[in-house]
Amino acid sequence: MAPADPFVAPTAGELPVAQGVTGGAFPEPMAPGGEARSSGSQLRQIARTFIENKLAVAGFVVLVLMVLFCWVGPVFYHTNQTNTQTALLNSTQNAPPSGTNPLGTDESGFDILGRLMFGGQNSLMIGFAAAGVATVLGVIWGAVSGYFGGVVDSVMMRIVDVFLSVPYIFLLVTLTVIFQSSVGLLIIVIGAVAWLVPARLVRGETLTLRVREYVQAVRVMGGTGRRVVFRHIIPNAVGTIVVNATFQVADAILALAALGFLGLGVPAPQTDWGSMLADGVNVVTDGYWWEIYPVAIAIILVVVALNFIGDALRDAFEVRLQRR
Amino acid sequence: MLHFNLGYSYKNNAPVSTLIFQRLPKTLVLLGLSTTFALLVAIPLGILQVVKRNTIVDYAATGVSFVLYAAPSFLIGLLLILYFAVDLRWFPVAAPSASTVGGILADPRGLVLPVLTLAAVTVASFSRYMRSSMMDVMTQDFIRTARAKGASSRRVLYGHALRNAMISIITLLGLSIPSIVGGAVVTETVFNYPGMGLLTYNAALNLDVPLLIGTTFVASLAVVIGSFVADVLYAVVDPRIRYGSR
Repeated sequence: MAPADPFVAPTAGELPVAQGVTGGAFPEPMAPGGEARSSGSQLRQIARTFIENKLAVAGFVVLVLMVLFCWVGPVFYHTNQTNTQTALLNSTQNAPPSGTNPLGTDESGFDILGRLMFGGQNSLMIGFAAAGVATVLGVIWGAVSGYFGGVVDSVMMRIVDVFLSVPYIFLLVTLTVIFQSSVGLLIIVIGAVAWLVPARLVRGETLTLRVREYVQAVRVMGGTGRRVVFRHIIPNAVGTIVVNATFQVADAILALAALGFLGLGVPAPQTDWGSMLADGVNVVTDGYWWEIYPVAIAIILVVVALNFIGDALRDAFEVRLQRR
Repeated sequence: MLHFNLGYSYKNNAPVSTLIFQRLPKTLVLLGLSTTFALLVAIPLGILQVVKRNTIVDYAATGVSFVLYAAPSFLIGLLLILYFAVDLRWFPVAAPSASTVGGILADPRGLVLPVLTLAAVTVASFSRYMRSSMMDVMTQDFIRTARAKGASSRRVLYGHALRNAMISIITLLGLSIPSIVGGAVVTETVFNYPGMGLLTYNAALNLDVPLLIGTTFVASLAVVIGSFVADVLYAVVDPRIRYGSR
């Protein structure tokens, strides 16, 4: 299955006399097979390493199931999650799990199983979207800073350092207090606070990539800075970017949960897992366990799953880097 | 700014700087205790995992640290209150509310749960990091050299591997300071601990923007100082790093 490795010199006995002068001990860098590794087979390589990691596959399955649960679940399991008055009229508050409410109801009379799906939509959506905002912003910032270097780099990185010294939760609280909290705002705010780490990572990658021969070649051929950054540097830093983005999603979901506890999450009657958990812990001493544990398990499952996926992706991409 | 004139909090009817400097020492006590505790637990735990690698102990510790890392810290705090304060009554429900640092330290039982809560996430991430950096160090050539020259496994572990792994732990400590300081907001709110974090939370509730900006500013200052201390610790752990002229 594996092609003959062109970098292994043939042993003396096998060496044909005619080739002895040029080939053999000094194979050319672009030997057949060495250049044939297309991005397709690289992707397959990464996918194979990823699938070999059982925890990562489990994490991926959990994540997919959770997405299906939150978005497809409500199609089959209809509940009222927006009208507080009908919720209060039609069901009891803080009811324990029963036939009509498999996971009980909360203090507004909302069905918890349905609310888990409803809040999960917001939590997952904000988590993924905020990580997307952070990654796009951070990658562009880091690549531009690293590519241009010099004064531009110093100024852009000092800006990052200044923001990094502010504990993110203070920034989140201040921003959500000044602007009214909503799903869109939470995405922007969490993304705007989280972009610093990808910016630094990508800048580091860029510093090593910009001196590579192929980047130099593009510049010699008259390629613009924008072309180098977007077509060459960012695609080559994709491993770092993807791995970091995975952890960003997990951190964004946790940040949203912390905001929910501080009462700054998605405003009612909308909800998110953090706000649900915060409502639940308010009544924990009354023994309403069904208002805490299901949503707590949902958050922990998703965050652990994302961490497993991120760890496995890191291993997978590092393998590729080592073999290059 | 440089005179610490941070404005006036109309909601509290007091200058922002006065409010902050009343609360700051209490938060520093909480941060100091919990970071010390986290390091004292995470470093031995990481070493234990390396010594007993790929055994049930290792897997259990990894599993627990994953869950601790993934659980929102307010949940950990409230479950601790529920089990250890309400059910078992080992510790008081509320944190010490004394107005001075001495008064807070006089009630160590009340400090246990807040310190544990704030330390939980740190223990989780530090022990994982400690494990992987010890594993890295253990595969390096100088460890084999140390073994080959006949050093005991204890000496190899503590004399050679640990010192090198400590360098990356201190890097991580420096980088984690913002999130530890940020964690104080949630922890203090859970336990009603009268520090900077609770002040920030109340400022957020009351839309007290001058106070919010003031606490954010002082928290950032604390982070900068903390990162500086971590840099100095480098030189303590690693004799190759020396600052200033030799």
